[in-house]
Amino acid sequence: MKAFGVHRFWAIVLKEFIQMKRDRVTFAMMVGIPPIQLALFGFAINSDPKHLPTAIVNADRGPFARALVWGLAQSGYFTVIRESATEAEAARLLQLGTVQFVVNFPEDFSRRLIRGEQPSVLVEADATDPAATGPALSAIRALAEPVLRRELTGPLAHLRKTLSPIDVQVHAHYNPENITQYNVVPGLMGVVLTMTMIIITALAITRERERGTMETLLATPVRPFEVMSGKILPYIMVGYLQASLILLAARFLFHVPMVGSLPLLYAVALPFIAANLAVGITFSTIARNQLQAIQMAFFFFLPSILLSGFMFPFRGMPGWAQGIGACLPLTHFLRIVRGILLKGNSLTEIAPELWPIILFMTVALTVGLRRYRQTLD
Amino acid sequence: MIAHTQPSDVIDVVGITKSFSGKREVNAIDLRVRRGEIFGFLGPNGSGKTTFIRMLCGLLTPESGSGTCLGYDVIRDQREIRARVGYMTQKFSFYEDLSIRENLDFIARLYAVENRRQAVDASIERLGFQGRSGQLAGELSGDWKQRLALATCLIHSPQLLLLDEPTAGVDPKARREFWEQIHGLANEGLTVLITTHYMDEAERCHRLAYIAYGTLLARGTVDEVVASAGLSTWEVAGPGLNELARELRPVEGVRQVVPFGNTLHVTGSNAHALDSFTSPWRTRGTHQWTRVPSRLEDVFIHLMDSARDNFS
Repeated sequence: MKAFGVHRFWAIVLKEFIQMKRDRVTFAMMVGIPPIQLALFGFAINSDPKHLPTAIVNADRGPFARALVWGLAQSGYFTVIRESATEAEAARLLQLGTVQFVVNFPEDFSRRLIRGEQPSVLVEADATDPAATGPALSAIRALAEPVLRRELTGPLAHLRKTLSPIDVQVHAHYNPENITQYNVVPGLMGVVLTMTMIIITALAITRERERGTMETLLATPVRPFEVMSGKILPYIMVGYLQASLILLAARFLFHVPMVGSLPLLYAVALPFIAANLAVGITFSTIARNQLQAIQMAFFFFLPSILLSGFMFPFRGMPGWAQGIGACLPLTHFLRIVRGILLKGNSLTEIAPELWPIILFMTVALTVGLRRYRQTLD
Repeated sequence: MIAHTQPSDVIDVVGITKSFSGKREVNAIDLRVRRGEIFGFLGPNGSGKTTFIRMLCGLLTPESGSGTCLGYDVIRDQREIRARVGYMTQKFSFYEDLSIRENLDFIARLYAVENRRQAVDASIERLGFQGRSGQLAGELSGDWKQRLALATCLIHSPQLLLLDEPTAGVDPKARREFWEQIHGLANEGLTVLITTHYMDEAERCHRLAYIAYGTLLARGTVDEVVASAGLSTWEVAGPGLNELARELRPVEGVRQVVPFGNTLHVTGSNAHALDSFTSPWRTRGTHQWTRVPSRLEDVFIHLMDSARDNFS
């Protein structure tokens, strides 16, 4: 007997290839998924988000303010979606997350500029995600000077000599110190729930089928909805336990501010947890074995983590990627958690993010129930 | 729901048919099983036995045919039937990560068994599980798994027991105990439909049916089935049986030549033809030829061979 028999080794290699070929789903995942994900995430992810929605509160209405607004748009970082907002309106837009920035020009802006008094421009930023606002805020400081230099002609040319004709003041709302944890830790709540809920339940029915216990269940009078809901409820409780652990850690380990109502957060977590469980159950009715179920769970998990705004700023992605992201429950749940914890959002403010989750949950549950067959036909 | 009287026929179905991807797995089977009867369902692997059983307990819907099981319509009242039938699948299929007691308790809850606790306790005691009811089902040996499976099927006091090859891989002693229990249950009025490959088990049934290629080929008591096949058999003893078997197999009128211990069994479907075509060997005097009754196994192999000629 040789220490290493090539024919024995080769027998194993051949057998592995035959088995690989038989398991079509796994093979497709191995070969097909990398290019898809490469294209998806390679093009979608951008840590230098541009075209961030901005509202302008302009009490001055002079040419300099107009020039600066034009300059903001030209920089590519800002897209002005509200040209002349009132202060109250702007504050609301910021709270809702409709705009990332509010730029305020004070009443006497032009006058003080001409006098060389270095008037201040107040930039209010929704800094829940510091990564989203950072590059834009650097850009605004850099663009003020060249824009105004062009405007300051004739008798005002001497103002060009001042180091900076205006003073840009930044108010980072909700996360004034730009602490990344404030953004990441609440987000983790959604990510952890997505991961565990989907993986655990993806195995639930596949395991019954693989071990043959499915036939036992089917032969009893138990109904599909009873099986589904009975399988979901214990994991809802596990989900709440996880959420509580993360919130405790957020509070006492990371000192994340908790401005909003915790009971509200717990209540809206329910449809999110249920949505993820329903996805898992649906996967487990499709998968033929537990390995496939896990693969499907990961296939769902990756875009959830990369396209939801958890790892990279949502607004930094191209429109199509934002579209995919908007279909995922995690995207909306992240906004809800950050909204409640950091901004103190109430139910009315998070409602636009809540109904997509509920819609998703309903669809996933329906598909899962239809896939789960009561007979073996 | 109509009040169902206890019908004398627990299973009464006509023309039950089922196909999978164009292949007819079960072909127009008629079957009547009486109350308190142990009915053996025999046939080669893949003959449609499991499919037929699954249709009886509502796991599959027949594509055509009709009839009743426990007085309920096999197509409309699947849920009613399921609640009253105990079905033991071919493969051990209870929760290996639950204990004996937990498995019994779980199934008892699904069937909404009254006085569940007592029922579970009684079941554990009856099957001799006392003292080990906390053991995980996955750790049990094959015999004990089979006992647990049977106990679980019985927890809701079903009126009909469907057992799909319940004794595969079980040792002879446990098999005997199993059959004693089945006969005890039948005595109490439970009806049992059981599939098996073992001839000795077939002989323990009150009545039998033989199915091949989805078609029911014979039914009745063991004697009726043997008689209806009309086989006749010679037992041959003497030297050089291997060569003799090779010589006899191609002879006209001979259907089977099977070694049986130190003898050969030579079987034909026409006694007259068998006798006349084998007379050169019988009169040679080298071997002892004795006429013996045909055995069930000879009948089944004969049925299977003729079915293959007719159906494939």
